Amino acid sequence: MAVGEVMRMEVPTGGDLTVSSPDLHVLAVDDSIVDRKVIERLLRISSCKVTTVESGTRALQYLGLDGNTGASDLKDLKVNLIVTDYSMPGLTGYDLLKKIKESSTFREIPVVIMSSENILTRIEQCLKEGAEDFLLKPVKLADVKRIKQLIMRNEAEDHKTLSHSNKRKLGEDVDASPSSSSSSSSHDDSSVKDFPSSKRMKSESDIFSPFI
Amino acid sequence: LHAMNTVVAQLQRRFQDYLVSLYQQGFLDNQFTELRKLQDEGTPDFVAEVVSLFFDDCSKLINSMSRSLERPENVDFKQVDSGVHQLKGSSSSVGARRVKNVCISFKECCDVQNREGCLRCLQQVDYEYKMLKTKLQDLFNLEQQIVQAGGAIPQVNIN
Repeated sequence: MAVGEVMRMEVPTGGDLTVSSPDLHVLAVDDSIVDRKVIERLLRISSCKVTTVESGTRALQYLGLDGNTGASDLKDLKVNLIVTDYSMPGLTGYDLLKKIKESSTFREIPVVIMSSENILTRIEQCLKEGAEDFLLKPVKLADVKRIKQLIMRNEAEDHKTLSHSNKRKLGEDVDASPSSSSSSSSHDDSSVKDFPSSKRMKSESDIFSPFI
Repeated sequence: LHAMNTVVAQLQRRFQDYLVSLYQQGFLDNQFTELRKLQDEGTPDFVAEVVSLFFDDCSKLINSMSRSLERPENVDFKQVDSGVHQLKGSSSSVGARRVKNVCISFKECCDVQNREGCLRCLQQVDYEYKMLKTKLQDLFNLEQQIVQAGGAIPQVNIN
């Protein structure tokens, strides 16, 4: 189930690519201007497009979750990942996480929480609410690279699911994947219910192994 | 041409020694190394820009905490605590080790509402950030001299 496998499937000779460009668009949320500058650079160096905002409220505005049309409604500004600080005045990172997971439009966007405090109950709380991962500040390049790999791997799995249902003529055997025939890129809730929990399990093991 | 090479080599040596001394004296920690990794020929001012933002932050936060601590009968410890938290966070993000360590003591004074202790920490944090600012300015000047002499900034390995 390697990414390489997916890529070979996706590119028939002379045919058009069905897998979209690997450039993730990341929305980074942090009230600290220093941390915004650092996370922006970390993400850019990791070949991501980055938008930074200074608060959870601004993040919701950007996404259009405040009831208005957000900037990210524009097709080419679609957000693939949200990275947010936990402790922020007003809306905390946890509040933001909850709002995103409560939204039918945005709940599929992976959310990563950053915090300077290594509090186990906080980490558990965030994972339970659907956070993809939890980064301890100060954030390093290795952390960002790991997150990117995690997200890309999950996106590749999603694409594999979609392409498999789209390209019925390909005869290869694939393990039973829980896909229905949704062909749009914004997922229908029912078809991807199985993914979030497996992602969380992966993140838990990713996070807890350094503590061993 | 040989003379130019010597000048560059000398500057690089000075830069390296100076940077190492900043780590050895505890001004900087590993996170500063991480920031340097993010700088390249395309973004030669990245570290300088980040630390500049940090020093502005320091100045602003120290001013507001000073105001909160001003009147002994009416100290807003919540505000001070918030300021210390922010300062600790940003100092940690840039590798400003001494500043960060003062913030740890500062927080403890805040937690027990020790105004005198807070004032001492405030003074200390002010001293430390200004000291670091001077040191880093010297470092960046050395960097600039190397570049102007046509040399490359050395990758410095800190053990």
